[in-house]
Order: sequence, then C-alpha cells, then structure tokens
Amino acid sequence: MSDFTLPMTRQRPFDPPNEVAELRQQASMHRMTYADGHVGWLVTGYAEARAVLAHPGFSNRPEKMHAPIPSRLDLVGERRDRGVPRGFFLRTDAPEHTRYRKQLTGQFTVRRMKALESRITEITNACLDDMAAAGGTVDLVQAFALPIPSLVICELLGVPYEDRAQFQEDSKILVNLETKADDVLAALGRVSAYLHGLIQRKRKEPADDLLSGLIESGELDDEELTGVAFLLLVAGHETTANMLGLGTYALLTNPDQLAAMRDDPSVVDNGVEELLRYLTIIHLGPFRLATEDVEISGNLIKEGEMVGVHLPVVNRDPSRFPGGEHLDVTRPAGGHMTFGHGIHQCLGQQLARGEMRIAYPALLRRFPALRLAVTPEEVPMRSDMTIYGVHRLPVTW
Amino acid sequence: MEIKADTTVCIGAGMCALTAPEVFDQSEDEGTVVLLRQTPPDGQEEVVRRAVTLCPSGAISAS
Repeated sequence: MSDFTLPMTRQRPFDPPNEVAELRQQASMHRMTYADGHVGWLVTGYAEARAVLAHPGFSNRPEKMHAPIPSRLDLVGERRDRGVPRGFFLRTDAPEHTRYRKQLTGQFTVRRMKALESRITEITNACLDDMAAAGGTVDLVQAFALPIPSLVICELLGVPYEDRAQFQEDSKILVNLETKADDVLAALGRVSAYLHGLIQRKRKEPADDLLSGLIESGELDDEELTGVAFLLLVAGHETTANMLGLGTYALLTNPDQLAAMRDDPSVVDNGVEELLRYLTIIHLGPFRLATEDVEISGNLIKEGEMVGVHLPVVNRDPSRFPGGEHLDVTRPAGGHMTFGHGIHQCLGQQLARGEMRIAYPALLRRFPALRLAVTPEEVPMRSDMTIYGVHRLPVTW
Repeated sequence: MEIKADTTVCIGAGMCALTAPEVFDQSEDEGTVVLLRQTPPDGQEEVVRRAVTLCPSGAISAS
C-alpha cells in the first residue's frame, strides 16, 4: 500500500513539486499509487533512474500500463484503447523498436544535424526580423519558440513551402492542450492525411529530405511512414518549443546567467545542457512496465508493476549535480537525463541541441534589452501537461 | 586503454561522436557507432570515459 500519488502542482515555476523533492531526500525509490489504484514505483535517484531506463526487463508499450494521473487525450501514444499506431515506435519494445530506430538513426547523426545549422540560422533570423518589425509587446512563444522548431521539422521532413502555413496551424492545435478534444482529433486527422499524401508525393518525386530517404530504403510501408513522420512531428515540435520558451523565461529571471549566454560564445554549448538539466521539461515520466521481476538498488520490482522516473528531481540529485537547484550555465551539466536514457533516448537530441545553441544567443544578441512585459508571476505555466513550459511569454525590448 | 564498440546494441544517439569526435564517428547509412581508433589520442582518456558514461545503450566500452 502507498498513499503517495504523483503531485503536478509546483510551488515555484522552475522547481519540481516540493513533495517529490522531499521524497528524494528519504530514498531513491518509492511506492506510488497510480490513478486506477495500482501500486507501482517512483524513482527519484539518478543512478536508479539510469538503471531502470537501461534495463531490458521493462516495456514502453502502452497497452498494459497504468496511468500515473487521471489522463486526458494524449498525443504521445497514450490512447491505449486503440493500441500503438503503426510506425509510432517510441511506444514499442525491442526488436520491433530496433527495426524502426535503425531506419532513422542515419538521418539524425551529429554530422547531418551540423549540416542543418545554416538553415536553422536562417529560420531563426527570419523570426527575429518579424519580431523586430512587429515591435511593442510580443508573445515569444508564438513569435519565436513555436515557429523555429516547426519550420525546422518542415525542412527535415521536406514539407513544401506552400504547405507550411496550414501544417503549422494544425501542429499548433495539436500541441496546444487548451484546445478542445474534438478540435484536436480533427487536426490529428488533417495532419495524418497530409503526411500520408506527402509520402505518396515523395514516392513519385523524391527529394533530398528525410521522408524521401526513408522511402528509398524500402523498409517501411506508407502507413508506417505516416506514423514515423507523425512521431517526429510531435516529438520534435512541442519539446524544443517549450525549451525555447521556458529557457528564455529562466534566463530573463536570472540576468547574470542571461548575460553569460549572450556575451560569451564559449558558454553557449554547456549553457544549453544546463538549461536542459535545470528545466527538465519532461516532468511526467517516462514510465515503464516491468515484464519480469527486476531488482534495482535492493528494491524488487515485480512483473506487471509500473515504474515512473521523475526526471526533474533526478536531474537535481545532489550526488550527481551538487547545488543542482540553481541555474549555473558554467556547471558541467553533461550526463543530465532530460533526453532519457537507454534505447529510447531522444532520437532528435542533436537536432534539438543545434536549434537551441543557435536560437538562444541569436535572440539575446538581437535584443540585448529583452525583458518580460509582465511580472514573473503573470507568466502562465503549463503545470498540468506532459511537457512543461510557458503558455505565453510576453516580452518587449 | 582499449576502446570497443558494439554496433548491434548501438541506437545512434550520437553522444560518443559529439563528445569524443577524434575517437568515435557515426556511419552514414545507419548512424551507428564507428570506431576511428582503438586507443585514445594523448590526453583524451578522460573524454573517452565521459563518452562511455554518456552512451545510453552501453554500446561502447573502455578498459
């Protein structure tokens, strides 16, 4: 039995809920009651989190999972009644997962992501030009944080320019959970249909993009390709967008850290890792289901039990990141678990790094006097969502 | 120090190539680890160890 349920309410915008931070001080693993009464686990220690996520005795398939909190419609494969859409390989296990992942890893290498840097720079500068032209007070989420990753994904997938406005509009509906469920389902249908059509077009007229490359390899059928493209869209859009929005908010409220990121190019790469660690926008999960009895640090996780990893608290484990409750862009932040660990570690992480390493300093250098146009308390936070961040970030300069 | 890489468990996250580019690369087609040398360049033992720690799938080792 356990009377601990997962809290989502934060007392301070950048810190995980006090209850979970206090739990970590007692132990690294805890019994936790899931939404349907199932008693599983919650991991708050760094070493234990790595051990769980690297262990082959856990599944990421949604069918038999217990929801940690009463859940809404979730786009990241949580619609258990329908199972996993084909090609949505994040929610599969080896060897099925291996087959998909091997098809994609060649498209996301460090080298290929570096080759995208000049396009990311152009996209970023175009957003900054539009901001400068608009002037006054601008919502940084709409003007900067959302369009950059969205346009980069269009670039990567090979979405033609003339289709990008509608594509962006629908993706925006999908990642905005203030939208009603019916509207989300409608947008979901439009995006899936669009991606399916795009794949058929690429089949006829291949180009130098990710989808054409996947088609050429001949391993996946159109339905699988649609699932893969949809996963990349969702995974690459909301995550980076929230890092850009929340990261800017964190820097604006830590002026010395902002100045270092703006003025010292040698700080930027590590500063991005530190923002990833400190902010840990994945504040719900990842979750796994034990497919066998597994012992982690002397705790026996029984077959069929759920294990949740609380990444924001794990990333502040003092045994790994001393003083981790503070943002310090010069701290060695490598080894944070924001991109996960094990076979599901983020496929697009090198792309995300590239986007952030370009976008943060470009923003701060273009608008050296950038500041919040509201009080910090007025910034609306995405407290109840899978990906943490800000709903809006009104800024001026 | 002897460095080893196992492409069968590699998931192409790219952490090794990012961390120690003189030692690790990624194949063009599969993105999996390519070992450029079996021993680290002078003074790079530490950076190779860091790459081993950062690898999410246990595909590289150094002993």
